[in-house]
Amino acid sequence: MALRRFLSFRDFDWWLLLLLLGMCSVSLIEVHSTTVHTRFARFPEMQMIAMGGGIALMFIFARIDYHRVLDWAPWAYGTGLLALGAVLSPLGHKALGGRRWIKLGPMLIQPSEYVKLVLILMVARYFANLGGRYLSWKDILKALALVGIPMELVLKQPDLGTTLTYAPILVAGLFLGGINLRQAAILMTCAAVLVGGVWSSGKFLKSYQKARLTSFTNPSADPKGSGYQVLQSEIAVGSGGIWGKGSERGTQTQGYFLPIPYTDFIFAAFSEEHGFVGAIFVLLLYFLILMRLIQNAQTAADLPGSLIIMGIVAVLTFQIAVNVGMVIGLMPVTGIPLPLMSYGGSSVLFTFLALGVAMNVRMRRFVN
Amino acid sequence: MVSGSVNRGEKLSTVKLAVVQYGILFLMLGLASGLWRLQVLDVDNYRQLAQQNRIRKEPILAPRGKLFDRENRLVVDNYSSVTCFLVREQSRNVDADLALIAKGLDLDIDQLRATLHRFRNQPGYQPIPIKQDVTPDEQAFIAAHRNELPELETIDEERRLYPRDGFAAHLIGYVGEVSEEDLNNPRFAYYEPGDVVGKAGVEETYDELLRGQDGSREVIVDSRGREVGYFGIEHAVPGQDLRLTIDNDLQRAAELAMGDRNGALVAMDPRNGEILAMVSRPSFDPNDFAVKINRSAWNKLVTDPDHPLMNKVIQAQLAPGSTFKILMSVAGLEEGIAQNMHIVCNGGWGPYGYYHHCDEKHGAVDIHNAIPYSCDTFFYMLGDKLGIDRIAKYATAFGYGQKTGIDLPGEQAGLMPSPQWLIHNFHHRWYPDETLDVAIGQGAVEATPIQLARIIGGIASDGHMVRPHVVFPNQLPAEFRRSLLDSFPGSGDAYVPMDPNTWEIVTDGMADVTEPGLYHTAGSAHLEGIDFAGKTGTAQQMSHEALAKTNKGRNTYPNVWFVGATPRRNPELVIAVLWQNGEFSYYPARIAAKVVTAFVDKKRRMAGNLPPEKPQAPVEVGAIWSSPDGQRGAKNGETAADRIHGGHFYVENGQIVAARKTAPQGGAAKAGGLQWMAGSAGQENGARGARPTETAAALPERRPEPRSNAATQSRGDH
Repeated sequence: MALRRFLSFRDFDWWLLLLLLGMCSVSLIEVHSTTVHTRFARFPEMQMIAMGGGIALMFIFARIDYHRVLDWAPWAYGTGLLALGAVLSPLGHKALGGRRWIKLGPMLIQPSEYVKLVLILMVARYFANLGGRYLSWKDILKALALVGIPMELVLKQPDLGTTLTYAPILVAGLFLGGINLRQAAILMTCAAVLVGGVWSSGKFLKSYQKARLTSFTNPSADPKGSGYQVLQSEIAVGSGGIWGKGSERGTQTQGYFLPIPYTDFIFAAFSEEHGFVGAIFVLLLYFLILMRLIQNAQTAADLPGSLIIMGIVAVLTFQIAVNVGMVIGLMPVTGIPLPLMSYGGSSVLFTFLALGVAMNVRMRRFVN
Repeated sequence: MVSGSVNRGEKLSTVKLAVVQYGILFLMLGLASGLWRLQVLDVDNYRQLAQQNRIRKEPILAPRGKLFDRENRLVVDNYSSVTCFLVREQSRNVDADLALIAKGLDLDIDQLRATLHRFRNQPGYQPIPIKQDVTPDEQAFIAAHRNELPELETIDEERRLYPRDGFAAHLIGYVGEVSEEDLNNPRFAYYEPGDVVGKAGVEETYDELLRGQDGSREVIVDSRGREVGYFGIEHAVPGQDLRLTIDNDLQRAAELAMGDRNGALVAMDPRNGEILAMVSRPSFDPNDFAVKINRSAWNKLVTDPDHPLMNKVIQAQLAPGSTFKILMSVAGLEEGIAQNMHIVCNGGWGPYGYYHHCDEKHGAVDIHNAIPYSCDTFFYMLGDKLGIDRIAKYATAFGYGQKTGIDLPGEQAGLMPSPQWLIHNFHHRWYPDETLDVAIGQGAVEATPIQLARIIGGIASDGHMVRPHVVFPNQLPAEFRRSLLDSFPGSGDAYVPMDPNTWEIVTDGMADVTEPGLYHTAGSAHLEGIDFAGKTGTAQQMSHEALAKTNKGRNTYPNVWFVGATPRRNPELVIAVLWQNGEFSYYPARIAAKVVTAFVDKKRRMAGNLPPEKPQAPVEVGAIWSSPDGQRGAKNGETAADRIHGGHFYVENGQIVAARKTAPQGGAAKAGGLQWMAGSAGQENGARGARPTETAAALPERRPEPRSNAATQSRGDH
């Protein structure tokens, strides 16, 4: 304690911030392009406000000791569960076929985004407390319960996409927390059986969700129905070619063939208008952001710090992989937004919030 | 700092982090390779798909060529109409919507399904026409259901407007949607489902010219099918307008003259083969076909025993009856036989055991009166002398048993029997007795009205035969003209040399037919002041199929013919009239006479050649008459003299224009004979008030005939 050095913004990860700002610019350009000729023309403005707020939050959280944040985590976890429960109650706000939001004054808050961050913290805290020793089955089951309960609640909304984003938090925790191969094999077998059971029982997944999950393998089989989104997305990306059709010139995007091009399919819209070159540039930005975060995890002062960052890395990687995979027809349509790029205030805010905690971890790397 | 709850002793293993880093790297490479596949390798394919997505080819339908008569008066026009199309790709589930569409557009759902089925192999953006001539109510339905039924589209187009009441319907024909069978036919290779195609008459023959070429517009649409712009436009090439050879006035006269009689009439200019009028009865309304005809109306048309859809002018093959005697006369004269025949008709002839009757006992007959008498006996003997081979030679040379090559679809060839034909088809030898039936146009001889018009017209034109046609060939592209001749083969233009004497004798005989006289067959069709020649025909025998039908309680009157020409030599008009089951052959002669009158009247009017209607000064007429109730005897002490009136009038064109008052007094009564006349005249005309009888007084200059009345007086210029 006595060795603790004064916390300074000199240790703030300015490179990471630069990469993030680059990502934000790309996001704003594309949200603008996809909405400028529609009634959503105010979306870029709102996205910018959310980003500004997010960056402010990031600076605030960068100053808060993440150990203290970890101490709050159980309370936050409890609140999160309550909020998820509230969403399912009549308090929840319904839109787009799901009950995902709570109305707080003029704002709509999506608690599942908040819970994502809380879960990262809780899992980090849990595995840090286990101290990297070999995990007992009891430890594993506890971790499963920790993540499983909110997953179940979010699945009920129903929001399959967000539900799935919780899984990599657990996987990263288990992997980094010291699970051994045998346990991993057994767990994976169980998971496979469970997924198979859920799939075939038909109780937990609605039929439209199932159709969406399978149609990506052959979208042409039902080009008007379940395969429509995938097919149109592939056409958008493919027709972009190497250099793209230019901003606001994507025929798939501007002609509304691409579904909701400013959220889930924003990468398709971007790829159509800016081509292979633009798409690779975005992937490179993501890669650099992730590498930078992992480097921060490596240099973190202690295990919980590393675990927090790696949780964030897990979530971001998962979302990028699933979203981009979906857009180019390699993954099923799950409704997972592309972090830092898709339009959506809650997603932006909590992403920056999480990154703020990660910043703090980095800033405290020489502290102790 | 409260941090005891958190273990901070350990650090993450670098190996594990490296594993994560490599994992992310491979993931990114995987995604990048996916992008490479879509955006670099398959870019052309996806570009094409993107174009197909947003670019729709919208047809611009070419207006069909209009039809005009020989004086450039409109016969067949187009009118604007709204057609409803269904675009399958604009709906997620077309099948589920069909019930609603069928209800809203008043369509039969099974028919609608069948329509869609026909288009199953076409791309989803291809518009399928499901209803034509959409009413304003149905348009409102489509507009109101734009969200529920996004697959419905409407398009304004030009549709066919035919003359009403079946005017020249068989000549014009009709159009309809190309059928599925047609599409498999190589002739329709360049048609697509839903195209409108000529199905009969001129519409069919000249479809290639009339149809024009549809254009298209490449429309940019968004995912909801809304038009946001367009690329290229390929303008439609309108179909070529065609000038028909028919004369509306003559056609109208022919339609009126035929009335509702079952049969056919064709009027042709034998100098060039231009058809001036063509009527077939019963008729139909081609407007029923302009929109897709409904099944019951169609069934009615095709099952009608009188065949309304059949163009009898070119398709009715019937025994020509006595009209064949013209050909017989020509053959007989050319062979030097007929001019030496002087026979006595005792009502028939039967050299081979079977007695062949004649209509009358004509007495002494030679070639000069055999034609006006239509003496069967003479032609039995002539036929017997000529023999079937020579008859068949001449008949074939003039065109019997061959199509004329008229530019209308479905012409029949008729039949000219010969020994070879008999053996080939019926496997028995020709008996000389059969020649006698052929000689009077019975037996197996069959001809169509157009054939008879061409043959008789040709004979009257000194053997110059023509190919009948209904469209002026000079407006056709050369290539089309050539292919037309190939598609419609026939005897066509031909010259059969004839002895001038033959020509004169036969045409004079034909002129005598309409000359009033004993035994003259069509004396009642005589036209004063018009050189009108012709030949009647009465055919007991009908075509084989018709014969089967006549026995079912229908009238079995003979089919009657008249083929006339005016003037008798080098005629300007030849006309063939067929009246099925018309009984007497002078009936069709009168029909022909009406048309000829109309033709000649028009010619004279056009040439300013009508006898001028002289303005006549009012004529003063003196008259006496009795009171209307004169015959009932004296009343109220009236004397007979009181009931007799007299006066002077001025009459112009049969109308009283002024009267000079005269007091009724006994002056006129002095003439007793006049009193009788006045009394009888009063009975006739009393009901119409004070009107002078025409018999009452001697008129200067013109003396009206007893029968004529005011209405006809002005036209009595014969």
